[in-house]
Amino acid sequence: MPATIEKETSSESIAIDRDIGNFKYKEDYSYDAGTGLSEKTVEYISNVKNEEEWVRDFRLKALKIFESKPTPTHWASKDLENIDYSKIRYYLSKGQQPSRTWDEVPDDVKETFERLGIPEQERKFLAGVEAQFDSEAAYSNMKTKLAEEGVIFVGSTEGLKEHPEIFRKFFGKVIPTGDNKFSALNSAVFSGGSFIYVPPGVHVKQPLQAYFRINAENFGQFERTLIIADEGSEVTYMEGCTAPKFETTTLHSAVVELVAMKGARIQYITVQNWSENVFNLVTKRGMAMEDATIKWIDCNIGSRLTMKYPGVILKGRGARGEVLSIALANDGQHQDTGAKMIHAANDTTSNIIAKSISVGTGRSSYRGLVQMPKHLKNCKNNTECDALLINTNSRTDTYPAINVRGDGNSVQHEASVSKVSAEQIFYMQQRGLSEAQAMSLAVNGFVNDLIREFPMEYSVELKRLIDLQMEGSVG
Amino acid sequence: MSSLDLRNLKINVGGKPIVKDFSLTVPKGEVHALMGPNGSGKSTLAKALAGHEDYEIVGGEAFLNGQNILEMETDEISRAGLFMAFQYPSEIPGVSIANFIRAALTARLAENEELDAAQYYRRLYEKMDLLKIDRKFTARSVNEGFSGGEKKRCEILQMAMLQPQIAIMDETDSGLDIDALRIVSEGVNTMRGPNLGILLITHYQRLLEYIVPDRVHVMWDGRIVRSGGKNLALELEEKGYDWVKEEVAAV
Repeated sequence: MPATIEKETSSESIAIDRDIGNFKYKEDYSYDAGTGLSEKTVEYISNVKNEEEWVRDFRLKALKIFESKPTPTHWASKDLENIDYSKIRYYLSKGQQPSRTWDEVPDDVKETFERLGIPEQERKFLAGVEAQFDSEAAYSNMKTKLAEEGVIFVGSTEGLKEHPEIFRKFFGKVIPTGDNKFSALNSAVFSGGSFIYVPPGVHVKQPLQAYFRINAENFGQFERTLIIADEGSEVTYMEGCTAPKFETTTLHSAVVELVAMKGARIQYITVQNWSENVFNLVTKRGMAMEDATIKWIDCNIGSRLTMKYPGVILKGRGARGEVLSIALANDGQHQDTGAKMIHAANDTTSNIIAKSISVGTGRSSYRGLVQMPKHLKNCKNNTECDALLINTNSRTDTYPAINVRGDGNSVQHEASVSKVSAEQIFYMQQRGLSEAQAMSLAVNGFVNDLIREFPMEYSVELKRLIDLQMEGSVG
Repeated sequence: MSSLDLRNLKINVGGKPIVKDFSLTVPKGEVHALMGPNGSGKSTLAKALAGHEDYEIVGGEAFLNGQNILEMETDEISRAGLFMAFQYPSEIPGVSIANFIRAALTARLAENEELDAAQYYRRLYEKMDLLKIDRKFTARSVNEGFSGGEKKRCEILQMAMLQPQIAIMDETDSGLDIDALRIVSEGVNTMRGPNLGILLITHYQRLLEYIVPDRVHVMWDGRIVRSGGKNLALELEEKGYDWVKEEVAAV
């Protein structure tokens, strides 16, 4: 049965061009945990997933921690108080088993991902795809060759069931439940997300991609991702996120844990384009063992409030951590992003480059944490954070926390704030560019050196998203 | 047919009249030099014609190929065929010259048209060779860290690529040493032809030895006070601007 497309896509061709994620399909779910959060909600989720006892206990304990932790408004935005946990739906799905072929995916879900270009990208340049629709993966597939090499790429539900021996060993170890209020919330109601294991020495050459789609109103998406790269292996994981525009609040609160064993390399790329009613409160952290590298590339566009500080615990000697982040805060949005680098071994290096753009009344904040204890030697950190303000009422703040002890370590910190000047815009307009095109070009120029680090397909996508944002921002 | 037609223009800056009753016609195919001492209103005229919002046109008319440019936005004026070579071009960090010119050309296409990348680069390199610009130059960010000469050459390259009908060159000779001046002038000379009209704003006669004008106009206190052939520039050089001022005072 073909799905009914609701009103927002009446002028289809225009809607897709201007705002690619802003469409939705009628809701029709087989599993629904109802509204509000209690032990019953948690038990419902655990029952539906037919989980083992220890997972259920893990969830229930997490719920208690979530309830006991205050909302961190003493340092973070007061806007967090506007999340009404009793009005959110915590679990919605159409089924428990993701399809291995797009043909088996329900029509409306398939159409959603087709409009977002996912199957096409899979054919073109991806090694595997997982597509999550609200709470569960609707599609999950990987190239046969990788499976033969022992690579595991499944949803977290499946990972827990099929590979408990690996999953349990690392689950919640990089980010403990009580790390913060939202990691506790995720730990109580998590569903979906990816579980990846790359065996020793295996290099996954093409990226694995996950796509997170919120379709329902008043919904909370709580995916849980765990990636383990065994010794000397390499993997790139990319995630994209969209949601339609709703009148009401939507919550996205993920937990992502990465473990890079000796000499392994993990690159994790995010391009989120949430609609402006999404609270995006995500905890992301990796642990890098000896000579391992973890690189976060994090692009935050859209959402009402994003709080996200990807981090790396540099646990083994010679480990390397990197965060490259771009945040664009448009009118009324707040991008509170940054990075954490916890040096815990000698000869570890970390690099943070954060660029933010504030448009209109948009606000971007950078929060950084660099920790180097006294007993360590030869650790290095480089931090650069640059902010670009587009309008006079745009705002940016920087909150770096650098805790470096010991003489054998070095830290470099640079920060800058620049503005797009009227003379620059005039110059570009004199060459025939409209005001919006001129703004867009200036913004693209500002992030250009960072975007060059991205895989080609993503840099094109990101430039396009920036263009769309700037187009909408100029009267 | 005349290309740039200015009639009785009056321009204020910050409420203060700077250009007063300025009339001039620059036909396609001709180079007109506009000379005058500092503060006579030359640069004000240039920026106002390009549509800068700080320069208020309070009277008169301005037509580009018969189109009233006073009712147009800066970018529309540009796309209609008016190019301004800036005296102080802006830096655009992170945007390469190649991408910048490409964006400017793309802005001239219809919505469903696309620029052919191979063709574009072929043309770009051809113009660069003509202007004796190193090909590595196009990868640099627009005007960022450029020397005075590089900035002016970058302006001329853009002009060559955008193929305007009228170019206003605002003090293109300022800040150039003699070698840079020669290269820039040669570039402009290669573009001269029946399809391009140039208004060359300059303070000194020096530039006009390289770009020989068809007409020379002297501006003083917001007006053209004298017009003549290329020899007028020589006369000015010899006698100085005071000579014009005295003549004007005598009238």
